[in-house]
Amino acid sequence: MITARNLARTFTTRSGPVEAVRGVDIDVAEGEIVGLLGPNGAGKTTTLRMLTTLLGATGGEATVAGHDLRRDPRGVRSSIGYVAQGGASLDEAVVIEELVLQARLFGLSKTAALVNAEELVTTFGLRDLRQRACKQLSGGQRRRVDISLGLVHRPRLIFLDEPTTGLDPQSRTNLWEHIRKLRAGGVTIVLTTHYLDEADALCDRVLVMDQGTIVAEGSPDELKQRITGDIVTIELAGTEHVDLHDEHTLHDDTFDEGAQPGRPKLHSRTDDVVQVARAAVDVRSTLVEHHRIHVTVDRGDQSIIPLLRALDAAGINIAAITMKRPSLDDVFLTVTGRSLSDAEQDVAPAAA
Amino acid sequence: MNAVRDTGLIFHNHVRQNLRNPTWVIILVVQPLLYLVLFGPLLENLGAAYAGGVDPWLVFTPGMILMIAIFGSAFAGFGMVVELRSGVIERERVTPASRTALLLGRVAKDVLVLLMQSLLLVAIAVLAFGVRPSPAGLALTLLLIALVGAGFASASYMLALRTRSEGGMASVLNSITVPLLLLSGILLPMTLAPGWLEGISRANPLSYTVDAIRALFAGEFAASEVAVGSAVTVVVAVLLAVAGARTFRRDNA
Ligand SMILES: Nc1ncnc2c1ncn2[C@@H]1O[C@H](COP(=O)(O)OP(=O)(O)OP(=O)(O)O)[C@@H](O)[C@H]1O
Ligand SMILES: [Mg+2]
Repeated sequence: MITARNLARTFTTRSGPVEAVRGVDIDVAEGEIVGLLGPNGAGKTTTLRMLTTLLGATGGEATVAGHDLRRDPRGVRSSIGYVAQGGASLDEAVVIEELVLQARLFGLSKTAALVNAEELVTTFGLRDLRQRACKQLSGGQRRRVDISLGLVHRPRLIFLDEPTTGLDPQSRTNLWEHIRKLRAGGVTIVLTTHYLDEADALCDRVLVMDQGTIVAEGSPDELKQRITGDIVTIELAGTEHVDLHDEHTLHDDTFDEGAQPGRPKLHSRTDDVVQVARAAVDVRSTLVEHHRIHVTVDRGDQSIIPLLRALDAAGINIAAITMKRPSLDDVFLTVTGRSLSDAEQDVAPAAA
Repeated sequence: MNAVRDTGLIFHNHVRQNLRNPTWVIILVVQPLLYLVLFGPLLENLGAAYAGGVDPWLVFTPGMILMIAIFGSAFAGFGMVVELRSGVIERERVTPASRTALLLGRVAKDVLVLLMQSLLLVAIAVLAFGVRPSPAGLALTLLLIALVGAGFASASYMLALRTRSEGGMASVLNSITVPLLLLSGILLPMTLAPGWLEGISRANPLSYTVDAIRALFAGEFAASEVAVGSAVTVVVAVLLAVAGARTFRRDNA
C-alpha cells in the first residue's frame, strides 16, 4: 500500500535548515495497521504530511496506494483519508454539514455523503451533537468530529496523526475498536502515537522514530522484548508523614522511624518486602527508595495479585501497590540509549 | 466538470456560513449606507470642481461601489487565516478536489457578497439621492466590479497563505490599499490633481477602472475610458486570480 524510499524533508528557517525527516524507508502492506512512535519533534507529522501530499518531499520517493507521490498527487489524495494532529473543523461550522461537505469533496453524491456522515456520527457518539456548531463541543467531542472527517468518504488507506490525544478512555477504546473493524474490512491504517499501550493494542507493526530517522521497527511484541519489563511499586503502610505526629511519636520529633515503639526498623521491613517479592514472582530487579520498593517484573499485570497475597501472608502492611507499564520512554531508552523525556535536551543519562 | 462541481460545493458552504453569521448581515447593510449618508453630501457643495457639471452623485456612487469592492475583498483573507489555523484548508487540500476550485469557490462567495452590497448601495443612491444611472451602464459596472472583487479577493487569499497571520496581513493590506485608494481618483477625481500626482495615478490600474465605471454610469458607452478601463480590469483580475491559484496549488503552501 505504501512504499517510501529515502523520503526526506528539510525545512528552511531563519536560523538555518531543519532536517525534520532524514531519509526514511517505509513499507506498509495492504490491511496492515502500522504505528509511528516517537517523541515530540521526531518527524512523525512531517512524514505523514509528505505521504498525504500536503508537503513536498525534499528527497526520496514514494508510492502511495499505487500512485506516485510526485507524479500523481491527486491520485494519492483520491485514495486516502487523513486526520491531522491539530484538528480540521471550523468553529462556526455545523458538525453534520462539515462531514457531508468533506465526503462530497471526495466525489461522493449528496445521498451517499449523508448516509456515511449519519453512520459515523452514530459510531462516534455524536448523534445528538450533529446539528451543533463545532465550537459548542468539548475537546474530546471535537476530536471525534476531526476523526470522522478523515473517515467519512470510506478511504482504503487512512493516516491518523495522534488520533486519541484528548479522548477519554471510553472514546479511546471505542476508536480502537473502530480501527480494528476497519482493518477487518481490509482498510490499511498508518497512525502516530506517543503511547506504547496504544501501539500495542492496535498495531501490527511499529516504527520507532527519533530525530528524523527510524531507529527501530517490529511488531509490538518484538519491541517489548527489548524492554526491561513492568515496574510494580509497593508502598509500605505506617510510614507517612502524619504517622510521625501521632501519640507514639509526638515527643520524639525525628524522622527515625526505628524509634517508633512496637514497629520494626524501616530498612528491615523493606528488606522483608524484597525477599517476599522475590519468592512470590519472577523478579528481574528491585530498587528501594525510602518506604517505596520498585520491583521490575516481566508481566506487571500478572504479578500484582501473587505479590499482594504473599505480602499479606507475611504480615506486611502496605499502603499502596501501583504498576507502571513499560512506557515509550523505556522502549526509547533501550533503542537509543537516551531517555525519551530527555530526548529534546542533550542530556544522555547513563542508561543501564 | 469536477472543478465546477467542487467550486460549487465550496461556494455553497461559504454562503451558508455567511448567512449564519448575523454580524455579516449588519455590515452588509450599514457600510454602504454610511458612505452615502456621511460622505456623499460633502460633494454636493463642491459643485463643478468635483463633477464637472454633471450630477455629483453620478460620479460619487460608482466610486463608492469600487471602494467597497477594494476594501471588502481585500479583507477576505482574514477569514482564511482562521481557516488555516483551524486545519480546514489542510483538510480540503487532502481531497482530490482541484485546489483552484477551493480558491474559486471562496472568491465566488466574496463576489456574490460584493454584488449584493453594490446593489444595495445603488438602491439607496437611487431612492434617497435621486441618482439615475444608465441601466445598461449599471449592469456593465457590476460586471467590472465583480472582476475587481475577484482579483482583490484572490490576492487577499494569496496573502493569507503567505503570511498565515492576521497581524502580517493587516500591515501589508494597510500599506497597499490606502495608496491604491488615494491614487485612484475614487474619492476625488484626478482632474483636480497636480500633474505629478495625476502621472503617478496613471500607474494605478484602479484609476482606469474608476474612469470606466463613471462613464458607464453616465451612459457614455462609446467613451475611450470604457474600453481601456474594461481591458485593464480584466487583465489585472485574471493575473491576480492566476497568481492566487498558483499559490494555492503549491504543495507546501
Ligand atoms: N514548517 C516547519 N518549519 C520548520 N520546521 C518545522 C516545520 N514543521 C516541523 N518542523 C520541525 O521538524 C521537526 C519534526 O516535526 P514533526 O511535526 O514532524 O514532529 P512530530 O514527530 O510530529 O512531533 P509531535 O509528537 O510533537 O507531534 C521538528 O523539529 C519541528 O520543529
Ligand atoms: Mg506530530
